[in-house]
Amino acid sequence: MDIDLITNVFYAMVRTGTPLLIVALGELVCEKSGVLNLGQEGMMLMGAVIGFIVTLTTGSLALGFIMSIVAGIVMSMMFAGIALGLNANQVATGLALTIFGTGLSAFIGAAYVGVPITGLEPINIPVLSEIPIIGKMLFGQDLIVYLSFVLFGLVYWFFKSSRLGLVVKAVGENPHAANVIGLPVMRTRYLAVAFGGAMAGLAGGYLSLAYTPLWAENMSAGRGWIALALVVFATWRAERVILGAYLFGLASILNLVAQGLGYPVSPNLLAMMPYAATVLVLVMISSNVMKSKMYTPMWLGKPFHPHS
Amino acid sequence: MFLKLQPRGEASKRMSYLSPLLAGILTLVTGGIFFIFLGHDPFHALGVFLISPVSDLYGFAELCVKAAPIMLCAVGLALAFKAQVWNIGAEGQLLMGGLLASAVALQLIEAEGFWVLPVVLLSGALGGALWGLLAAWLRNRFNANEILTTIMFNYIALYLLLYFVHGALKDPDGYGFPESAVFSDSATLPILLEDTRLHIGILFAMFAVVASWVFISRSFVGFQIQVLGLDSNAAKLSGFKHKRLVLLVMLISGALAGIAGAGEVTGPIGQLIPSISPGYGYAAIIVAFLGRLHPVGIFFASLLMALIYMGGELAQIELNMPLAVTSLFQGMLLFYLLACDVLINFKIKLNKSQVAGAEQNTVGNA
Repeated sequence: MDIDLITNVFYAMVRTGTPLLIVALGELVCEKSGVLNLGQEGMMLMGAVIGFIVTLTTGSLALGFIMSIVAGIVMSMMFAGIALGLNANQVATGLALTIFGTGLSAFIGAAYVGVPITGLEPINIPVLSEIPIIGKMLFGQDLIVYLSFVLFGLVYWFFKSSRLGLVVKAVGENPHAANVIGLPVMRTRYLAVAFGGAMAGLAGGYLSLAYTPLWAENMSAGRGWIALALVVFATWRAERVILGAYLFGLASILNLVAQGLGYPVSPNLLAMMPYAATVLVLVMISSNVMKSKMYTPMWLGKPFHPHS
Repeated sequence: MFLKLQPRGEASKRMSYLSPLLAGILTLVTGGIFFIFLGHDPFHALGVFLISPVSDLYGFAELCVKAAPIMLCAVGLALAFKAQVWNIGAEGQLLMGGLLASAVALQLIEAEGFWVLPVVLLSGALGGALWGLLAAWLRNRFNANEILTTIMFNYIALYLLLYFVHGALKDPDGYGFPESAVFSDSATLPILLEDTRLHIGILFAMFAVVASWVFISRSFVGFQIQVLGLDSNAAKLSGFKHKRLVLLVMLISGALAGIAGAGEVTGPIGQLIPSISPGYGYAAIIVAFLGRLHPVGIFFASLLMALIYMGGELAQIELNMPLAVTSLFQGMLLFYLLACDVLINFKIKLNKSQVAGAEQNTVGNA
C-alpha cells in the first residue's frame, strides 16, 4: 500500500462518514429528549432534493444548504405534530415520515434526475493539508465537513457542560419529573426534534450538493437508518458517534480500497458491507443488556401527555 | 394551543374503524388539491388514479395480481406487530423468498410434474422464514433492535439478489443481461382467468387471511399474542414464553413474505430479474396499520394499496406524472391515519380553561 492510497482512504473515510455524523448528531439530541424519530431517511431525502433544486435554480450553494435545513425542519415538524402533538406511536409515525419523504422527494425530484451541477469544492488549508496521511483528511475537506467538526464539538459540549443539555437529558429520562419541577417538556422535545430535522436536512443537502453532487431517487441509500444504529452503537455519547460515523465511512469505501489494491470483489457484495457492519455492531453493543439499558434514555419512544 | 386532547376512559372501538375511512377521505382531498396545484382537473386526475385502473376485467385481474403479495406480507406483519415485534423487513424477506425460489426453480428447470411448483414455493417460504428468523434470533440472543436489523436485512437481501442475478443465476444464453432463464411451465403459477395475468397467488393470500384470523381468534398462541399486544406486563406476569413468541411471529411473517416473493417470480414475472418488488414489503406496513392489524381489514386495505400502485402507473402514462406519486399517496395515507388515530384514545375539546388562564396571566402581568 502506498502512502497516497492511505491518504486518500482516510480522506474518503471522513468525507463518506460526514453525512452519517451529521444525521446521527441530530438524532442523538432528539433521542436524548426521549423522542425516537425513525424518519431520518425521509428528512434526508427531502433535504437532498430541495437543496439540489434550489441550488440548480438560483446557482447559490449557500441558499441550497439553507433550504435543505429548512426542508428537514419542516418534515420534522410534521412528525412532531403527530407524534408529540397528537400523542401517536413514535415508531409508526417515524416510519410514515420516511415513506412519505421518500415518495415526495422522488416526486418533486423526478425532473431533476441526472442533471449535473457544480458541487461544493474542497478548501485546502495551506501547509496543514500537506501533512502526509492525515493532512488531506482533516484539512483538505469542504466547508460542510469542517462544519461537521464544529457541530460535533457543540453537541459534545452541549451535553457535557451546558445547562440546556441537562434539561434535554432530564426530559428524556423522566418527563413527568421534569414537568413537575417546571421544565418545559413539550417545548424541549419540539426543539430537539427540530434540531434533528435540521441536521438530517443538512446531511441530505451534503449528499446532493457536495458528496455526489447530483440528485437521484432514494440517494441516501439507508444512511438515515444506519445513523439510527450509530446512536445505539455510540450508547448515546457524541464522542462515540463521531468514531462510529467514520468507521462506517470506512466500511462504505471498501470498494475503493479493494480496487486500489487490485482485488476483484463483486461490487454488490461490497455494497452490502455498511449494512452488514451495522447489524454486527448492533449485535455487539446490544448484547450487554445491562449496559445498553443504562445508557438508553429512560423515556425513549414513550409518549408523554402532560395532563394524563 | 386552544384545542386540548382529553383522554377517553377507554379506547373507542367506533373511532378505530372510522379513522381509516377519515384518513382515506383526507388523502383524497389532499390528493385533489395537489392535482389542482399541478394544473390537472382534480376529478379527472383522481378518476384516472382510482377508477380507470379497475374499469374492466383485465384491470380487476391486475388489481388482484398486485394485491396478493401485499396481502401476504401484511397478514404476517400484522401478527408480528400485534406481538409487539417491529418487523420492518417484509421487503427483504420477500426478496429472499424470491431468490431462493428462483434458485430452486432453475435447478428444476428440466423437471416436470405437479410436485415442482410446491417445492419451489416452499423454498420461497423457507428463504423468507430464515431471513425473518435471523432477525428474531438476533433480538432474542443479543437483544439487537429488530427495527434496525430488519431494515438492514432489506438492503442486504437486495444486494444478495443482485449478486446472484448478475452471477450464478444469470441465464448463460441471455446475452449478458442480468436475468435468469425463464422458468419451466411446471414451476410457473397457473393462471386463473384466461387472457389476464391473474394467477393462483391471490388464493394463497386469501387463505392466509382466513388462516390468520382463525389462528389469532381461536388458538392459544393467538390468544397469547393478543394479550401481549394489549398489556405486555400482564403477559410477562402470566409466564408467556416471550422469546418463543418472537421466533414464531417472525417465522410466520417471514414465510408469508417469502411466499409472496416466490409468487412474484413464478407468477407475473416468470424468471428472476433485478427488481422483483416495487416496495410491496414497505406498502404492507401501511396496509397492516390501515387494516387495524385485523385480517379482514388487511384484505380491503391490500386492495386499496394495489389500486394506488395501478393508479400511479396509469397517472404516469396518462397524466405524465412521476411514478413516485404512488409512494407519495401511500405515505400521505399513513400519516393521516396516524393523525386520525388520536381520536381512538382522545377527545378533542376546545381548551376553555387555557383561554381563561391566558387572560388571567395577561392581567397578572399587567
